[in-house]
Amino acid sequence: MLSKRQAKIFFLGGTIFFAVIFLALSVDSLLNGIPKNTNAHLLTEQVARGKYLWERNNCMGCHTIMGEGAYYAPELTRVYSRRGPDYIRTVLNFEGGWGPRGRKMVQYNFSDNEKEDIVAFFEWVNKMDLNGFPADPPLKQ
Amino acid sequence: MKFKSQKIAYYFFALSMLLLILQIVYGFIMGFAHMGYDVLHDFIPFNVAVTTHKNLLVVWLLSGFMGAAYYIIPDEADTELYSVPLALIQFVSFAIVGVVAVIGFHMHWWEGRKFLEIPRPLDWLVALNVILFLANILLTQIKGKKSSTTAWVLTMGLVFIALLYLPGMIYFENISVDSFLRWWVVHLWVEGVWELVMGGILSYLLIKLTGVDREVIEKWLYVIVGLTFLSGILGTGHHYYYTGGPNYWLMIGGIFSALEPVAFLGMTIFAVQMYRKGNKNHPNKLALFWTLSTAIVSFLGAGVLGLAHTLPAVNLYTHGTLVTAMHGHLAFWGAYASLVLAIISYSMPLMTGRKLFDTRNGNLAFWLSNIGMLCMTAAFGVAGVGQVYLERIVGLDFMVVAQELHVHFFVLILSATVFTVGILLYIIDFMKHGLPSEEALGTEESFEAVAG
Ligand code: HEM
Ligand code: HEM
Ligand SMILES: [Fe+2]
Repeated sequence: MLSKRQAKIFFLGGTIFFAVIFLALSVDSLLNGIPKNTNAHLLTEQVARGKYLWERNNCMGCHTIMGEGAYYAPELTRVYSRRGPDYIRTVLNFEGGWGPRGRKMVQYNFSDNEKEDIVAFFEWVNKMDLNGFPADPPLKQ
Repeated sequence: MKFKSQKIAYYFFALSMLLLILQIVYGFIMGFAHMGYDVLHDFIPFNVAVTTHKNLLVVWLLSGFMGAAYYIIPDEADTELYSVPLALIQFVSFAIVGVVAVIGFHMHWWEGRKFLEIPRPLDWLVALNVILFLANILLTQIKGKKSSTTAWVLTMGLVFIALLYLPGMIYFENISVDSFLRWWVVHLWVEGVWELVMGGILSYLLIKLTGVDREVIEKWLYVIVGLTFLSGILGTGHHYYYTGGPNYWLMIGGIFSALEPVAFLGMTIFAVQMYRKGNKNHPNKLALFWTLSTAIVSFLGAGVLGLAHTLPAVNLYTHGTLVTAMHGHLAFWGAYASLVLAIISYSMPLMTGRKLFDTRNGNLAFWLSNIGMLCMTAAFGVAGVGQVYLERIVGLDFMVVAQELHVHFFVLILSATVFTVGILLYIIDFMKHGLPSEEALGTEESFEAVAG
């Protein structure tokens, strides 16, 4: 039967072994995979400001982006191609809060520059290669 | 209890109970919002409610873990806690940081990064606070007369919780990189080092409640936490499929995360076997119920419902839908919320000397909260599958689908009411125990399971 010592070796050995592999793959992802898939060379200062605003206002507290966030409001990874920049600009500061179907968004008070930052951020996210997400709905006509 | 310093745990448990109630309030706010009654929108918009709900969850669970450590470590090390005043300072500062964070969220003082919303200056205070906590626990262990595997697994879990918090504090301009490292915190917590804490607390409870030989229990503890890391570390890949990571994660994350349920199944078999092997005379039936339910429901919520959407081909469609919320609720409830309720049920009678072991309230609390949570999971599940089908397969607009789902949130709210009644009864029993008392010192032998 397995002894306590063997069990301990299994635990420590396994943990260290898989942690090393994980770290190696993570370094590769951070240095090669992610910069390539996200077009890091196109990440301008304007995009970075847009990302800052995305975080500062906790947009992820209602929406998802890359499938991450909350499930109260639409997925925004491809919103730039789905709706276009003008639509995005309109939604942000909409009087009374955007909500054509009842459920309301927070009404913001962004400056024109800030709106452009957010649009630039969505435009950049829109181009990411996400291994096929979001998928085209198979049954959509 | 054996040492009077163990009673410091009481404060942490009381804080846990308070924050749990608050967490539930925000759950209802969101449930109503999803049903079309977002009446608090102008004061507490959804993003405030969701952030508060999730962070309260994390804070009350951590508070429960800390309480558990303050109770268990002196007992296992066979010595008084290193410093009681230090523990009190740590408690008060922990509570203050928690309260400031929650108030801050309402004033939009936050970082919109799922689960790590606490703003940076508070992060530093959290880190400092955790260092105080760990120092106290480690020094107690070092000065102790005994050193047990159970205690070290628990302590290592807590140390790694602290270390893994750090990668989440770095700012990145690339949202994909940000998310990549955010999972080092969130995933490697709940599917990694928190399982060490879970394994440690469960072993302690099983040793106490069943009287089975410590060597046997601790041997299996190593095997289980070994399985956890064997699968869970590379299993992080299930969060890298569709968030900008390279495509090898589809394969690696898929295979290893599909193995994660094995560790949870291990916990279930472990607890049930020890219960069957042990003697069944321990009078604290409620603690035993919660211990076994933790081991079983965690397998359902994390193992089975995790497996349901962890393969890349499924996750492509379920990623970021209410299916995820279904799994999140039962997994957190089964593995960690129940765990904290188990250690509280076990330790309160020992700290206060009041033997509320098998009360009607306590039994009702157990069944209502578990049944309520299972029904909530079903409601989220039906809503989630509906959403995936209508939005992701048929291609209807998000908001068109959301309106179809209102009725499922009505079911959610009914189930949540049952759940909440259970939790309230639990808290009533908690309060009936009263405060810890020194008269309870040295009474544990009178109700400990004797090896048999
Ligand atoms: C009365 C009880 C509760 C209700 C009505 C409730 C409701 C909700 C709702 C509506 C959401 C938001 C889903 C979204 O993003 O749109 C949510 C999120 C969440 N809740 Fe609860 N909740 C309750 C209790 C709990 C408990 C007890 C736990 C933990 C044990 C919990 C853990 C979570 C987690 C982890 C999330 C984030 C899920 C995710 O984004 O995937 N909740 N809850
Ligand atoms: C007690 C352990 C666990 C807890 C507390 C837990 C909790 C959660 C939560 C809260 C999320 C939502 C995260 C987010 O989107 O921000 C999540 C996501 C996920 N979990 Fe777990 N989980 C556990 C174990 C597992 C296991 C063992 C598996 C696999 C078998 C699993 C598979 C997944 C997957 C695939 C996702 C991503 C869902 C998506 O793409 O939206 N989880 N988990
Ligand atoms: Fe995970």
